[in-house]
Amino acid sequence: MNKIVNPISEIVIKADHLTKKFGQFTAVDDICFEVRKGEIFGFLGANGAGKTTAMRMLSGLLIPTSGVGQVAGFDITHQPEQVKRNIGYMSQRFSLYDDLKVWENIELFGGIYGLNASQIKIKTDELMQRLNFEDERNKLVKSLPLGFKQKLAFAVSVIHHPQVVFLDEPTGGVDPITRRNFWEMIYEAAVDGITVFVTTHYMDEAEYCDRVCILVDGKIEALDKPGDLKVRFNADSMDEVFLQLARKATRLDG
Amino acid sequence: MKQLLSFIRKEFNHILRDKPTIMILLLMPVIQILLFGFALSTEVKNTNVVILVPKADNEIRHIIDRVNASDYFDIVGFVHNADEIENAFRRGDAKLAMIFENNFSENLKRNGKAHIQLIADASDANTAKTFTFYATSIINSSQKDFSLQNNANGMILPEIKMLYNPQMKSAFNFVPGVLGMIMMLICAMMTSVSIVREKEMGTMEILLVSPMHPIYIILSKITPYLLLSLVNFGTVILLSVFVLHVPIVGSFFSLLMISVLFIFVALSMGLFISTVTNSQLIALLISGMGMMLPATLLSGMIYPIENMPVLLQILSDLVPARWYIIAVKDIMIKGLSFSDVLHEALVLTAMAIFFITISLKKFKVRLE
Repeated sequence: MNKIVNPISEIVIKADHLTKKFGQFTAVDDICFEVRKGEIFGFLGANGAGKTTAMRMLSGLLIPTSGVGQVAGFDITHQPEQVKRNIGYMSQRFSLYDDLKVWENIELFGGIYGLNASQIKIKTDELMQRLNFEDERNKLVKSLPLGFKQKLAFAVSVIHHPQVVFLDEPTGGVDPITRRNFWEMIYEAAVDGITVFVTTHYMDEAEYCDRVCILVDGKIEALDKPGDLKVRFNADSMDEVFLQLARKATRLDG
Repeated sequence: MKQLLSFIRKEFNHILRDKPTIMILLLMPVIQILLFGFALSTEVKNTNVVILVPKADNEIRHIIDRVNASDYFDIVGFVHNADEIENAFRRGDAKLAMIFENNFSENLKRNGKAHIQLIADASDANTAKTFTFYATSIINSSQKDFSLQNNANGMILPEIKMLYNPQMKSAFNFVPGVLGMIMMLICAMMTSVSIVREKEMGTMEILLVSPMHPIYIILSKITPYLLLSLVNFGTVILLSVFVLHVPIVGSFFSLLMISVLFIFVALSMGLFISTVTNSQLIALLISGMGMMLPATLLSGMIYPIENMPVLLQILSDLVPARWYIIAVKDIMIKGLSFSDVLHEALVLTAMAIFFITISLKKFKVRLE
């Protein structure tokens, strides 16, 4: 199910010796990688490995302690405003407003990302149809099941067709079938040319990525296609690869 | 601009869909005004009085009639000695005893001087102070009646006039106080909680990675509460004018101006609170303990500032509600103009600028 990413397509995310320290604690330790347009890039790691911190730096929410990063051609330290205009973001804490209706959430985020009323209307209709949400359009988001909310949150995060979408553990707490559905949406976005940067600790999801990067204690321990990693570590699944690497972790949870 | 409008609409949706909260916010001023106006009144009415009269005559009867006729006192009985008075106090039958001296009327006529002893149950000191004051003024005015009747000269009569509030209506004091309290509550507490809720829910993160300018987030948080406070301002003013009969002597426009200014101070304080905490509970505690309590206790609404220890008086200078209450009293009750409350207006402006500056500095565009 892996698609081919053109190896000469442009680089949209670039991390060059990125480091983030919180006091004495080094959350992200000197990481370097490049992600190309349309790629689905998985960021794997145990809790506390530094996934979220790395993602927050790339999305302009945190300033790196040292190192340089570029997203969509803009410097994350000095041009956070331009970076923000070109990315979408979905956090692990479910990121829509519970007390707003489905269409109101779409309208709100459409408005925040500068879509005009007619664009929002077209997008909303299109989304409702594609997600089979027609009956839910007028419901409050809090009345929807978690899987629905996650799909909606993803759809909203790419409503402005950003160059990159950051997904921070987007599928926490749902069953494998719902996760599978969710990943179909991610594929569609990637085919559309949106680069997907996704953190996860579900290894079945790691298999869906074009390339994965395994983070242990803030450092990159491995970075390659899932298939190549399995060969290199002589493992049957990404799960085994991950366990071999994560065993070295010294950091506790959190 | 479109960003801002869609965001303001979202804030209104949040508020209007939270039915219990909006009900509380709209009804609270009504309940507070009615409670303070009718139940928690600091006016003392229908105090039970016992009277000890050695020998009744016209003068004494005149005074007793006046006491009886007043709303403030109910004569519950006549007693004959000190023991009975003590019993009446012990049983709680009476709060005040009036004891006329022997030969009261003769002394009054012959020496122009006679004594009435007032014994009050001062277990509630403020109440006792109030009703003994009432009793004294009744006695004084009777004394005036006698001097007119007898045409007696040289009798010195104390005359007390209550400026601005001749009936000593407590509404004059608490209407400005309730205004100050409600606005603090709605603006400071609700604004801070609503910003901090976004932090807690994780939606703030989404807003911060969006291209929306942080100032828009702040403006859209503030707007609904500004409107809500104005609605409450209207409610309180209508109730106090038409139900409690507290007039607006000065100009309504000045009153509105100073109130809007105060609302801005409260909003900026709410904003400030939201920048120093990430938890709704703490925001609630800070605004409750740190803003509401001083707004009620140190603002002069309930306890006169002049009676406070110097340290607390200095502290009360820092309470915005104090300046607001002074200004509202000046405009609403004394009928002074806006230029007379310029001092208070300047203090409030300075406070608003102070809080807005530090909160804008602290409002985190990035999550640190």
